[in-house]
Amino acid sequence: MTSASFAQEICIASLPHEGQRVQELILERLREHAFSDKVLFAIRLSLEEALINAIKHGNRLDPQKMVQIRYRIDHQSFHIEIEDEGPGFDPKSIPDPTLPENLERPSGRGLLLMRAYMTNCDWLDRGNICRMRRVKE
Amino acid sequence: MPSTQRRIDAEEIGDVTVVRFLDRRILDEQNIQMIGDQLFALVDEDRRSKILLDFGSVEYLSSAALGKLLNLNKKVDKVQGQLRLCRIKPEILEVFQITRLDKVFNIFEDQGTALESFR
Repeated sequence: MTSASFAQEICIASLPHEGQRVQELILERLREHAFSDKVLFAIRLSLEEALINAIKHGNRLDPQKMVQIRYRIDHQSFHIEIEDEGPGFDPKSIPDPTLPENLERPSGRGLLLMRAYMTNCDWLDRGNICRMRRVKE
Repeated sequence: MPSTQRRIDAEEIGDVTVVRFLDRRILDEQNIQMIGDQLFALVDEDRRSKILLDFGSVEYLSSAALGKLLNLNKKVDKVQGQLRLCRIKPEILEVFQITRLDKVFNIFEDQGTALESFR
């Protein structure tokens, strides 16, 4: 899927409240498409994690740097790409937070939740674009 | 949002401090920071060592909130205290299970059983 296939595009400054605003807007659209509460829970959690990753870890809360959000909702699923201007990262380099030795470490739990709650979750380019899909069920 | 805004309610039941969250969604960073500060103050300033977190009103929880809970757990451990969690909704419990933090925290279904578990 290329960016051209996304029906909606939003560009926000790297401020947490902007991320919240986009989250509410997208969830409202999903409710209009009759996504279930269970799926809305999964998407809200994953959106929060992905947006805060882009705003805080990617763009380092620099309001001059932008986060691009592209999404599409159809009868079967929700697709989204979240792109920041940061250096990106290699998801493979993040230690598995469920291993006993990592259970109390602070990192990796957000990625784990996104992967668990979304049908697909990948990072593109240099790791600065998060692409997720969730089926409606 | 003022930094002094109260995000938790703390009640003493015997020698246990029962904490209720005032937010349904413990998601955004600013709230999580304030919740963390207020939870840590229970240990650092108020010298409470037996703490029960009641999640009855919580509907969403992010990984950043889990990080704060882990830090609180460490603080309570340091003072040889005890931390318990109770009344976690099934969908939130799943977040603990996915992250395997249900193995780290002592989680109880109801407040009564949790209170009885304190030594």
